[in-house]
Amino acid sequence: MKTQVPAVDGWFTLGDSPALLASRGVETGSYFFPKNLAFSRNPAAPTEELTEVELSRRGRVWSWTTNHYQPPAPYVAADPFVPYTVVAVELIDEQMVVLGPLAPECDPKTLAVGTDVELTLGTLYEDDDNEYVVWHWKPVAA
Amino acid sequence: MSASQEIAVLGVGMHPWGKWGKNFVEYGVVAARAALADANVDWRDVQLVCGADTVRNGYPGYVAGATFAQALGWQGASVSSSYAACASGATALNAARAQILAGMVDVAMVIGADTTPKGFLAPNAGERGDDPDWLRFRLLGATNPTYFGMYARRRMELHGATQDDFAAVKVKNAKHGFENPYARFRKEVTLEDVNASPIVSDPLRLLEICATSDGAAALIVCSMDYAKSHGVTSPVRVAGVSTVTPSYPNTLIDMPNFATDSAFGVAEPERGFRDSIAYAAYEQAGIGPEDLDLAEVYDLSTALELDWYENIGLCKPGEAERLVRDGDTTIGGRIPVNASGGLACFGEAVPAQAIAQVCELTWHLRGEAGARQVEGARVGLTVNQGLFGHGSSVIVRK
Repeated sequence: MKTQVPAVDGWFTLGDSPALLASRGVETGSYFFPKNLAFSRNPAAPTEELTEVELSRRGRVWSWTTNHYQPPAPYVAADPFVPYTVVAVELIDEQMVVLGPLAPECDPKTLAVGTDVELTLGTLYEDDDNEYVVWHWKPVAA
Repeated sequence: MSASQEIAVLGVGMHPWGKWGKNFVEYGVVAARAALADANVDWRDVQLVCGADTVRNGYPGYVAGATFAQALGWQGASVSSSYAACASGATALNAARAQILAGMVDVAMVIGADTTPKGFLAPNAGERGDDPDWLRFRLLGATNPTYFGMYARRRMELHGATQDDFAAVKVKNAKHGFENPYARFRKEVTLEDVNASPIVSDPLRLLEICATSDGAAALIVCSMDYAKSHGVTSPVRVAGVSTVTPSYPNTLIDMPNFATDSAFGVAEPERGFRDSIAYAAYEQAGIGPEDLDLAEVYDLSTALELDWYENIGLCKPGEAERLVRDGDTTIGGRIPVNASGGLACFGEAVPAQAIAQVCELTWHLRGEAGARQVEGARVGLTVNQGLFGHGSSVIVRK
């Protein structure tokens, strides 16, 4: 059994109900993803403190595309290359759009603007010891 | 902007776009010499060189102004180098304009050139875990066409755009560029050709996404007084240059970001980023979209050209498909767009591109655009956007 390792540190939680990690301004309530606790990018509150928060695990599809050509490194492509879909998801409470891969078992033909999706985890790539995981968006019943 | 805040375009020059495999400096020297000859200015009289940088050609590319000053022969000119991704050329032009309008120099060269690798533009090499441009490739495989594909899909879903609407943009631009000796791709195409090309980032196909090219463009710009003393009484003038960044919150997903700003608890800006780019240039020039005779817009994809029609005010959101269907944006139509052939026929030579747009408008305003001439053109606008939040728009008039 390989060890599950996040493909990027500190961007999301692991477990059964994974969530993306963002920073949030304590004065303005503005969200920032990826997380940055060093400074607020809201120009109305440049000195506000920031705290780490989990983003909503559910959102609605804003748009999507399926890539049919293998991208350059540092993408780690399957051999042979398999087309993959990137989804832009609107988070209602946060009023922002966040990108993520579509869970590979899902058919992009089922997507439309407004489709409800949920955050899951999946494999980005593997080596001999580890499985590197990344967040995925997956359609769910509303 | 009052006439006293205008500068003159005295000369323009380009090296043809292509995949020539030479050092970018060679292309730049060709474009620079062409612009100098066009302006009838001796290189040794140029007081300022404003280079648009390339980040794909090592250190000489980061200091493009000095690289070209040395290549053309050191003569003591002041130097400035700018990087603003695809908008670099406008930023370089604005640096020249500011110094001319401030009376610091009378005549300047603006120059950009690039040599590009084959295939997708890729991030810098190495393990770059704090660089969003590296991470978007690593975690998402989010190439530039990934973003173009999402914008295109959104247009289809929101405005009912069809694949044929997108393909029609390519057909138009291919027809325009067929007549342009500086274009890389000079071949007319049909809707069937476009729709038969392989899908890259659904719904966009290979013939709908701009390639990466080698190329170079240069301008000689000067004060109105200098132009007059040089015997040019009615030059093409730069009436506005916009190099704006977004206003918070920027709510349209943009390269290379993973997310938009959050609009939580804040009023959205009066104009979205893309709308604000040309608006700033219109404000400076004291004109509006109704005054334009032609426009050069940044067609990184066919669908994106349609977005620009709306962003620069040629029509309302959702109406761009009608413009292309009715032939409004074809040469001979109401407001020709990309008479040069656009990126569809050029491919992208990043630092040269915003400068090349100004070259094209200048030729039209002078009546020197040959078989692709937009008759009677007096006012033109360019618009362009560089990743990481760089706006670029230039208004020229005769």
